[in-house]
Amino acid sequence: MLSDQLREAATAAAIEARDSAAIVEGKLELGELTLVIQPATILDVCRFLKDELKFIRLSSVTAVDWFPADPRFEVVYHLHSLDRNERLRLKCRVGGESPQIDSVTGLWRGANWYEREVFDLFGIRFLNHPDLRRIMMPDYWEGHPLRKDFPVHGNKYSYQNE
Amino acid sequence: MSDTVIPSPEISEPGELSTRRMTLNMGPQHPSTHGVLRVVIELDGETITKATPDIGFLHTGIEKEFEAKTWQQGVTLTDRVDYLANLSNNLCYALAVEKLLQLEIPPRAQWMRVMLAELTRINSHLVWLGTHALDIGAMTVFFYCFREREDLLRIFEMFSGQRLMTSYIRPGGLALEPPRGWEKVVRKFIDAFADHVTEYEDLLNKNPIFLRRTQGVGFLSLEAMLDWGVTGPMIRGAGLAWDIRKSEPYSSYEKFDFDIPTRKENDVYARFQVRVEELKQSARIVRQALDGMPEGAWQASAPHVVLPEREKMKTQMEALIYHFKIVTEGYSVPAGEAYAAVESPRGEIAYYAVSDGTSKPYRLHMRTPSFGNLQALPPMVEGTLIADTIASMGSMDFVLGDVDR
Repeated sequence: MLSDQLREAATAAAIEARDSAAIVEGKLELGELTLVIQPATILDVCRFLKDELKFIRLSSVTAVDWFPADPRFEVVYHLHSLDRNERLRLKCRVGGESPQIDSVTGLWRGANWYEREVFDLFGIRFLNHPDLRRIMMPDYWEGHPLRKDFPVHGNKYSYQNE
Repeated sequence: MSDTVIPSPEISEPGELSTRRMTLNMGPQHPSTHGVLRVVIELDGETITKATPDIGFLHTGIEKEFEAKTWQQGVTLTDRVDYLANLSNNLCYALAVEKLLQLEIPPRAQWMRVMLAELTRINSHLVWLGTHALDIGAMTVFFYCFREREDLLRIFEMFSGQRLMTSYIRPGGLALEPPRGWEKVVRKFIDAFADHVTEYEDLLNKNPIFLRRTQGVGFLSLEAMLDWGVTGPMIRGAGLAWDIRKSEPYSSYEKFDFDIPTRKENDVYARFQVRVEELKQSARIVRQALDGMPEGAWQASAPHVVLPEREKMKTQMEALIYHFKIVTEGYSVPAGEAYAAVESPRGEIAYYAVSDGTSKPYRLHMRTPSFGNLQALPPMVEGTLIADTIASMGSMDFVLGDVDR
């Protein structure tokens, strides 16, 4: 259920009116609206936001690792509506052995590289992504560098055999 | 030319002409990429059927490194993302951190930030203009552009002590007091600049080779650009008057009078026109900043965030304690998250900063404009001639450090 403060945000109210179970929680802080969405409904909510509420731009997709919390990851989407000059942050919490979520490349083709980056650096799989490969790290790389349990000074690579 | 077909020695039957597609590796080192980018191109004759950019050669893990540095130290990393837009990146980082800290920045610092961000835009567009023209065969303009760029780098050095890695805009204001005599130097540059822009235009606007190579080349529809996440001068060259400086003004941009140049043609030449017009608009903003620069403090009154003056640090106990705390453990930022977006020379830079209340960022994501723009390379060049790829890629104005981070 939405708090009264969030109900005043038209976007949050519109999503709730459409699917009352989609929003897990939300907040309006520092002038930024954040909605935590059920991961299973991400495609549905995004389609609604893009088609009905005119969030035609996907500014970025990224993730935050809250290790050792469970579910461990937050996938973060920043949407932007040019018509209403409004920005919105969507979050989905995913976890488990192999974290995964639906890809939004079908809605915004620009999500392609952002999702590949999250896959590469966090190890979150995007279902139905057209080209899910590593993008920053070499293909043979083991591990996902932006995870909190990956050391800042990498432990895998050795210069000795070069 | 006659219509006679010269038979190739290996092929006897006309029906057996070889129509094999060719795969060509462009890069990782190629003069036109100005960085380390590999594009795997599939060719049918001279037409590109498929282009696959391969990035990551310059990935240095800057976002990971942020998590190991204090908020104060993080400024230096923002310089190293995009060597042509250091101050824009400094500014975006400062805005994100200040949003979390809820700091009030004095007007003089805000105006100074605007002025420096616009000088950065001029610097970046000059490098773009020179190298883009060089790529497609117009060599002279490069020397003119780099002549003015040298003056700009001297100005940056005068302010921050560094030509490239400025770190001059920091959370809380500016790093140092603006140097003595800066007005004179900046005014001298800006007074002469209008004539210089005319020089660049004269060299290219009537140059038939430049026109033939850029007009009608590198088309990508506005819908596709929005879909692919393209921002900045490219999208303005497609007719959309969207500029974050106007739509979501930051650092008191709303007090400045300037236009958003747009073109409808949506080709390489339109992007050239937009950028040249932006040079003039940036010069206009710098002039307004010079004329109306407010007096007063150039740092926020937040001793727990801003380093104290050297003199005070040596004579006052309290200043010494603050200095020691900021330098050793850094300042802690309230838990929360902030998204700050600025209009950089290449498009939308947005920093997503997550704090867990400690003195180090928990997560810092950089939405860099080059990453979003480069994604649109395949739809732009597929179906066009390989020779036009150089012009198309140049018009995107990406910096590979900005792509790979």
